[in-house]
Amino acid sequence: MDWAYSEKVRDHFINPRNILIDDEGYEYDGKGIVGNIKCGDQMIFYIKVDKEKDVITDCRWKTYGCASAIASTSVLSEKVKGMRIDEAYHLSPKDLMSELDGLPEHKVHCSVLGDKALRAAINDYYERNGMHDKIQKEEARVICQCMNVTDHEIENAVLEGVRTYLELQEHTKLGTVCGQCKDEAIRLMVEYTKKHFE
Amino acid sequence: MDNNATTPLHPGVKKVLTEGLEMFGNASSLHAAGRTARKHIEEAREQVASFINASREEVIFVGSGSEANNTVLNIFACKCPSCDAGSMAGKKIITSTVEHPCILRTSECLMERGTQVSYVGVDNYGKVDMAQLDNMLNEKTCLVSIMMANNEIGTIMDIKKISAIAHAKGALVHTDAVQAVGKIPVDVKELDVDFLSLSGHKIYGPKGIGALYVKKGAPFCPMIRGGHQEQGRRAGTENTLAIIGLGKAVAEARDEMSEEAVRLARLKERLRKGIEDSIPDVHFNGHPEDCLPGTLNVSFDGAEGESILLYLDLEGIFVSTGSACASGSLDPSHVLLATGLSAEKAHGSVRFSLGRENTDKDVDYVLEKVPLAIKKIRSMSTVYNGSK
Repeated sequence: MDWAYSEKVRDHFINPRNILIDDEGYEYDGKGIVGNIKCGDQMIFYIKVDKEKDVITDCRWKTYGCASAIASTSVLSEKVKGMRIDEAYHLSPKDLMSELDGLPEHKVHCSVLGDKALRAAINDYYERNGMHDKIQKEEARVICQCMNVTDHEIENAVLEGVRTYLELQEHTKLGTVCGQCKDEAIRLMVEYTKKHFE
Repeated sequence: MDNNATTPLHPGVKKVLTEGLEMFGNASSLHAAGRTARKHIEEAREQVASFINASREEVIFVGSGSEANNTVLNIFACKCPSCDAGSMAGKKIITSTVEHPCILRTSECLMERGTQVSYVGVDNYGKVDMAQLDNMLNEKTCLVSIMMANNEIGTIMDIKKISAIAHAKGALVHTDAVQAVGKIPVDVKELDVDFLSLSGHKIYGPKGIGALYVKKGAPFCPMIRGGHQEQGRRAGTENTLAIIGLGKAVAEARDEMSEEAVRLARLKERLRKGIEDSIPDVHFNGHPEDCLPGTLNVSFDGAEGESILLYLDLEGIFVSTGSACASGSLDPSHVLLATGLSAEKAHGSVRFSLGRENTDKDVDYVLEKVPLAIKKIRSMSTVYNGSK
């Protein structure tokens, strides 16, 4: 039967790997929660770390999310085992998408939840082990001063399918007052489109 | 079980469509081929008209339910001084928060063209707040457009009462009856409406065909111009085959509807009871009594709707969901939110809409698979920690 998603997505959706079973008493070294149920998706990611080698030895996750979120996080959970922490931190949604043989464009933003939660779990691990210097804050930079729109919001808009400046304005209300941020916003939009889709 | 989205052709409709394939005449031609097409179109018009208790001249065929709805709203945005609707420009229309997007988006467009639009709210069951409607109405209101039955939750509105309230203040009344016609009795005289929209493919007829009832004497302004078809109210060569199919679908509904409604209501109750008995933490949406016989909308706590839809899809069960993830937007169903349901519950909602091909066996099968799907999704859910 024809499916909106690839066979890989389907496989990971039906049999998600490394789901946390409630009563397995999983002991973890780092835990990250992102998303919110109001927006229709939430993700929790747990990691175990070999502290000598800085390598992720095992992980578990749970989600309130759609097929894309489930499948991409399932793939992610297999990928990060045995991976160095700093390497795992820099995994991008693009890496996962290629392993899933792609996702419909409007579903891409659902798939970023897993690696966001993973990064939160890694930061949590650093925090628990007093490695504060390693914590990488994803600080947002305000691009549109009038409407207070950040680079993160531009990136999210791109992930949700925004491709033109008009669409970006409609989506974020950016550049609808003084218009000074137009050039930078377009530059970022193109950059994020390249990062996630090319 | 997604019959509110669309329906398969009724065997009777299939038959007339197949037989009609050879009929190619343009109904506007005076020769024999044209006259044959004309005769069939007018028969279909009679079938549709009599089904909703209208007269033939009051029914025009259009391309879809959405077109019918767009046509009505656009009448009230016309600014031509020569048009019989021209004097309505700049006036106010009232619609509800739970309408189909083809009403809501068109209303937004009207607003940008200078028409004032107000949205009347609904109660927890999705019924229009009559007191609020009454308060919103004033001498500037030219139209009240409220759907007869809601596509997502099945709630049936009291159109008769809405008409009385609106007419008392001098406003005309339109009802989008796309989900109602063929499922529950629809009588334009009893409802006392001025406009009514219906669609073919929701009632086992062809896609791409709808009809609009325009009460005699009501203002009109065509959306598609340039031909005398449909009394000059909808230009374009008639889609003869689809029109015949719609006529036949309506004729079949006339014969089957009352019995079918009883059967579907019984199936739906079995489904509802079965879900309630086998799955904890569920919430049924829509009005418990005033509801379309085959529509059941349910929210499963801690389970996301698109996941539910796709797990069921893999088992050969087709449903729809109010979750944002399935729609491509970020917001869950506007209808469920309007009834006061939380975003969480709306994201976890599923609509079963039963139709004439569904049987007891289907309900058994669904009742076997749904609990498994919900259990699986909840087992990986961040927000479900077992029944309280």
